[in-house]
Amino acid sequence: MPNKTFFAFILPSLIAMVLFIALPIVSVVVQSLYVAHERVMVQVENCQPFGGCSTELRVDAAATAELQREQPLGRFNGLGTYFNRAHLATDELGAILSSDRSFDQKVAQIFNLPFYKALIFTLVYCFVVTPLAMALGFAIALAVNALPKVTKGPIIFFSLLPMIITPLIGSLILYWMLSPNGILGATIQHIFNDPTLSLRASPVLTWTALLVYGVWTNGPFSFVVFYAGLQTVPADTLESAMIDGASRWERIRYVIIPHLAPLATFVALVQLMDNFRVFEPIVGFSAEANATSLSYLIYNDLSGDAQQFGSAGATSVITIIGVVILLMPVLIRTWREFKLKAV
Amino acid sequence: MKPILMLAVSTIALALGAGAAYAECGIEAGSVRILSNDFEALRAINAAAQECASGTVTVTANATTEHKNLQVPALSINPAEYTVAVVANNSIVPLLNDDLIRPLDDLIAQYGQALQPSQLVKIDGNTMAIAFMGNGQHLFYRKDILEEAGIEPPKSYDDILAAAQIIRDKGLLEHPLGASVKPGWDLAAEFVNDYLGTGAEFFAPGSAELAIDNPEGRKVLEVMRAMTAFMDPDYLTYSADELIKEYEAGNIAIMVAWGSLAGAVLDDQGAAEGVVENTVLTAAPTINGGTIPAAALWWDGFTIAKNITDEDAAASFQAMVHGISPDMMNANKEAATWLIQGYEPGPAAIGVVDNANGGARPYPMQPYMGLLHTALSTELAEFIAGSEDAEQALADVKAAYDTAAKEAGFLQ
Repeated sequence: MPNKTFFAFILPSLIAMVLFIALPIVSVVVQSLYVAHERVMVQVENCQPFGGCSTELRVDAAATAELQREQPLGRFNGLGTYFNRAHLATDELGAILSSDRSFDQKVAQIFNLPFYKALIFTLVYCFVVTPLAMALGFAIALAVNALPKVTKGPIIFFSLLPMIITPLIGSLILYWMLSPNGILGATIQHIFNDPTLSLRASPVLTWTALLVYGVWTNGPFSFVVFYAGLQTVPADTLESAMIDGASRWERIRYVIIPHLAPLATFVALVQLMDNFRVFEPIVGFSAEANATSLSYLIYNDLSGDAQQFGSAGATSVITIIGVVILLMPVLIRTWREFKLKAV
Repeated sequence: MKPILMLAVSTIALALGAGAAYAECGIEAGSVRILSNDFEALRAINAAAQECASGTVTVTANATTEHKNLQVPALSINPAEYTVAVVANNSIVPLLNDDLIRPLDDLIAQYGQALQPSQLVKIDGNTMAIAFMGNGQHLFYRKDILEEAGIEPPKSYDDILAAAQIIRDKGLLEHPLGASVKPGWDLAAEFVNDYLGTGAEFFAPGSAELAIDNPEGRKVLEVMRAMTAFMDPDYLTYSADELIKEYEAGNIAIMVAWGSLAGAVLDDQGAAEGVVENTVLTAAPTINGGTIPAAALWWDGFTIAKNITDEDAAASFQAMVHGISPDMMNANKEAATWLIQGYEPGPAAIGVVDNANGGARPYPMQPYMGLLHTALSTELAEFIAGSEDAEQALADVKAAYDTAAKEAGFLQ
């Protein structure tokens, strides 16, 4: 295809990408560098139906609007928001590390900071769910591939269900099933013979439930991709392996897995990105007390009684940087393979 | 419903409504667009306001629990997306901070004869909102369980904790207490309630400096933690609505819950046997040896947007006055604790009325209270889960609030 035709072909998508992806990201970055104007406060008399009248402070809207007109974005704060307590908390981190507490206490103190509390769960979720979900998807793909043709259709459909269900609904369903009155929760209590056992009460069990949910909901994506990949495994190679006396396991290990390796890179890439922005299960499982994620922090900044755009912007930018760092090894590998092929 | 049928029904409804309404509301022309929270009482008001629709007057209402997130952007544009924003003590603050609602004194003089002076919310001498109902969290208890345990009705948190121990020791209920302490808005509201009950102030006078790190703050946390020992182990996931379901199922003997949900408990739907007839509503308990109920008093009221034409503002005000008319109130007596003229509190309203009579304090309206509420909602999570001590929790709240207040321009 001549360059000109190619360019004309992708121009609409390019425009859409700039408008709906690049520009919003730029605006988020800019927003994260600013904080709200200093509010001009005045003392006023407030009277309410209960409690009568009292003298309270109030924002002088006119004076604040004046400041707003001069500098619509707010006060420039540079990277201040990034390093404050709600984000990277460098000062607090320094104080904790230089204190003479024990190692355990220091770790506890660090994970008491909202950003690091969210980060540790986000990372654990990423690195536990991604490989397990891929392994699960691969196992299902192998199993389905070995089925007779008639049963394949319905079984593929059922295997895809976790992906079809909206994440929030899926997590709510699992959450209710795990409640002490739900079928899974009651069964677990029965098995361990402990009527007070509740998945919602302990941090460890909440994390486990979230991770299991993650594997359940992410499995089908790996399954679909690996199943498609399995159809391209060359039959002759498999046959010659069989003639050489390779067992089923050996065929999987030495023929299928190497064949699907590039595909696995792609799946890992997409899944890592997906899992790094874990959010719905935390809301669905009401797990805020025991587990938060970076996306949850953004949601929390924007949904409270007071919306904090600068803070949410900074967390968003840190999330993007986090995704890039996570993907770095995979990207470098893809780049090397690409160069190898080019040569 | 089939489109044709729907059209027919709405046409008939419109025709019926229009004829009756024109005379009642007296609006000549205009557009009324209401944004409100979503619960029974507000739905009733919206429906009554929509009776004012006629050939020249359109009335639409959007009742949604996301109203707080919609209102500021929706009222910032000109003309505003909504002409009426239904608010409460806390949600009026962002509208005031950004100067998005108009003073109502002229409209009251012209159309507000039916309103009572106690309904007017005045800021700096100007009436900015018309309150129509009160709300708050108060005590619900089961008199049958208390009698069986031989306990007097509790008046304070100390009484409640003692009663819970007796109920548990007698084997009546393993987890007799309930409160909505789900991390998030609910948990913060619980702290605010109890802290108001101590009589202490949240902020240093005349500034946005946080002042909850004091003996009262520590006492409140101590009581909150002590209560959780008698709650279902799943207490971290109980929001206000979830709590009511547990109570209706007969699993809770004593709880503090929202007055606006009392009607749902006392109706004949959904409750286990013996719950409805044995439920007693009364003022929230006192705390720390105090004398006032440890609960915030809330009002719900309506405001009129600034960025709309005067015609729409007048139409909106009249439609809302019709919406909160005594007729609407009489048809929905049990839905709320009304502040409307002629209201006689029914059985479901006793708790909120007791709170008000007991001298409970209103939920603070300071412009930075929302930031504190958000800080409390996340930073108390570990404390209430039992993995952090009170000292650390208060320090965390202060640090989180200071960070947010600096970003928002309230603190240097």
